[in-house]
Amino acid sequence: MSDPQLKVRDLKIGATVYPPGEKPHDIEIVHGVSFDLEKGKVLGLIGESGAGKSTIGLAAMAYGRGGVKITGGEVWINGRDVLKSGTGDIRKLRGGEVTYVSQSAAASFNPAKKILDQVVEAAVEQKKFSRKDAEARAKVLFDKLGLPDPENIGDRFPHQVSGGQLQRCMTALALCPEPDLVVFDEPTTALDVTTQIDVLMAIKEAIRETGVAALYITHDLAVVAQVSDDIMVLRHGNTVEYGSVDQIINDPQEEYTQALVSVRSIEHEEKEPTAEPVLSVRNITARYKGTQFDVLHNVNVDLYPGQTLAVVGESGSGKSTLARVITGLLPPREGEIEFAGRVLSPDLDGRSREDLRELQMIYQMADVAMNPRQTVGTIIGRPLEFYFGMKGAEKRKRIIELLDEIELGEGFIDRYPAELSGGQKQRVCIARALAAKPKMIICDEVTSALDPLVADGILKLLLELQKIEDVAFLFITHDLATVRAISDNIAVMYQGKVQRYGGKTKVLSPPFDDYTDLLLSSVPEMRLGWLEEVIANRKMESAGN
Amino acid sequence: MPLIIKLLAQRIALGLILLLLVSGLIFAGTMILPGDVAQSILGQSATPEALANLRAELGLNDPPLQRYIQWLGGAMTGDLGTALTSGSDITESIGKRPSNTLFLAFWAAIIAVPLAIFLGLLAVRYKDRWPDKLISAVTLASISIPEFLIGYVLMYLIAVKLRWFPSVAMINDGMSLGEKLGAIALPVTVLTLVVLAHMMRMTRAAILNVMQSAYIETAELKGLNGFQVIFRHAFPNAIAPIVNVVMLNLAYLVVGVVVIEVVFVYPGMGQYLVDHVSKRDVPVVQACGLIFAAVYIGLNMIADIVAILSNPRLRHPK
Repeated sequence: MSDPQLKVRDLKIGATVYPPGEKPHDIEIVHGVSFDLEKGKVLGLIGESGAGKSTIGLAAMAYGRGGVKITGGEVWINGRDVLKSGTGDIRKLRGGEVTYVSQSAAASFNPAKKILDQVVEAAVEQKKFSRKDAEARAKVLFDKLGLPDPENIGDRFPHQVSGGQLQRCMTALALCPEPDLVVFDEPTTALDVTTQIDVLMAIKEAIRETGVAALYITHDLAVVAQVSDDIMVLRHGNTVEYGSVDQIINDPQEEYTQALVSVRSIEHEEKEPTAEPVLSVRNITARYKGTQFDVLHNVNVDLYPGQTLAVVGESGSGKSTLARVITGLLPPREGEIEFAGRVLSPDLDGRSREDLRELQMIYQMADVAMNPRQTVGTIIGRPLEFYFGMKGAEKRKRIIELLDEIELGEGFIDRYPAELSGGQKQRVCIARALAAKPKMIICDEVTSALDPLVADGILKLLLELQKIEDVAFLFITHDLATVRAISDNIAVMYQGKVQRYGGKTKVLSPPFDDYTDLLLSSVPEMRLGWLEEVIANRKMESAGN
Repeated sequence: MPLIIKLLAQRIALGLILLLLVSGLIFAGTMILPGDVAQSILGQSATPEALANLRAELGLNDPPLQRYIQWLGGAMTGDLGTALTSGSDITESIGKRPSNTLFLAFWAAIIAVPLAIFLGLLAVRYKDRWPDKLISAVTLASISIPEFLIGYVLMYLIAVKLRWFPSVAMINDGMSLGEKLGAIALPVTVLTLVVLAHMMRMTRAAILNVMQSAYIETAELKGLNGFQVIFRHAFPNAIAPIVNVVMLNLAYLVVGVVVIEVVFVYPGMGQYLVDHVSKRDVPVVQACGLIFAAVYIGLNMIADIVAILSNPRLRHPK
């Protein structure tokens, strides 16, 4: 057997950390990882954030992001150890022998330069092709990757194509210099599910046709199962399990891998609607100021006390706009919002303090929804002061109660947001919303930024709190697994209209309309061959590719 | 109408409105200065009749609005009025002075702008290493010392001790370009030192800001070297803030050279203005104020237009 394309032995990676209130010190984030990757094969690296998977991927290019340093081990590519190579050799390696596809093509393309210039740059700079040949090759790749108008799309600027198209352009950028190895770092994570499968299929085809070796990094086991030959499961910088795709998916040995394979342990019985809805959205039509088209068309939904209505749809479907209308940030053009038996003022200025208290919000980015200079106690205590005038010992007692409810406890009261993990931050935001004793909470993609196991914990907590506090949730999400886990009613939104609406069982049972069918069938399933099956059976093209 | 044309038209219209407002402000400002122009021309011993006659002759008895419109109408057609002290036509006596000021500013800019941007790029390339620190220290020192002091120190060292360049920067039409450049070498050096730090630090900050972007990582992972990354990928996205600060400094080179012109006895606008402020010659002060304002607003308008044009989203809408 020939030498593997990429051979990694006992790779150790370290970084300097700057914890608040402590001296900066070095820590190790990858503790000796080894693997082989044969020519034309795909190895999936999977794990939660902080598992070290991106760091390992970049180490294959002898690159450390920020203060990350490779501290030990060997990385062999084409018969030489790149960690012992000089600057000139490393520069030849990057963009020539090994290329990189990042998670966000939108951020990774230079906004000031044409797509084609950026796609061919590495190939020309590394003297792999002449400018003319590189451009011809780029156009062939555009065509192979299913981009529209492959001859001319390269003359556009990055902002002139859609997110899914740009992600394919990024793949073309990586394949253009005919590399020996491509590192795909979460290439479909930022895309809608219906777009994701098209891009996934394009990437898979391109890998097969060019015969390049690939590292495929993702946190989504179902996605990696579709494209990889082997999978390595990573956690906290250690290898948990390393085996063939078939073995990892169908016969996981380690407990952690088993948990990853079977996430969504939540079972939630659908509740019957009670008599009076707490929130009625009636005939809402809305558009943004200065625009000429409606983003919401005649939307009607109800939310019952103590229940969950999931609003599901792709980006641009109008689900977040609906939340803006309900909270009064965007007064609608037509229709009204009835809340707790009264009609709410369409405009935020016209709402009473009581209206504000009873309708709270939790956001996707817990990071930016909190003041980094305030302690957890101050953050949770603010609504207690503002709505109930609590002070001193009484306020502190209530804050501790809330911290207990979100399973963090009194020890967190003097901590700053920077000292918390992503899941803990989101819990603090939940406590802040609950502090106002609301009748209803709008949850806007609250688990989208979290790892699957952490997100699972947050959803369990929300369901638990719903029982205790009898609060209703309007749950905005693009993730159908989340919807299945927690909702009582579901509204499927598509291009500003409610496409399908009703109880969970009814909405998720056939017969489906074409869009709901596309949406449901696009959710990656954890079995081999799923991708090909879905593409073959599709009735409708996705809108956003 | 494409968005970009609309934005450009808006920006130009805004510049013109601003200039109109400033002209009103200049006129009103000189109006409320204490003292009487007729009195200061004729002196303490003037008879009341003579004062009244002169006032009528100068149109000082007309309502202010009428005088403002007359003055503005004249200024727009190139007639800036008559100097009170000498009785000569201001447009004529200003004559070559704006072009002299621009000559000085031009050569200072030709040296300072590329030098500042180059030093900024160099500082980014060697961030936190000794070239960066050295550049920062030297440029900060030069901006911190008052310009007249730098002027006199250079004059002492270079003109008096070394006798390389003349200390007085007198130029006239009879001189060749080379002679003129020799004459203004010292003021140009001082001006360069004064504006360098600001532009260099802004270049450094704007590019460092862009260097945080994900597309810089993409460029690095293409195997480009440090200068290629900075020049091809960072610089085009940092143009808007850099042009803004460059234009502010160019405006300073034109408007702020007063001190330098006085120090080096250079026959520019600044010296003319200073002379006539001390003589309380209101029409001359107004005229110079208006020209300075026009330069300032014009350069800043150019900066905004470049910023709009450098935005690919505006140049190439979806």
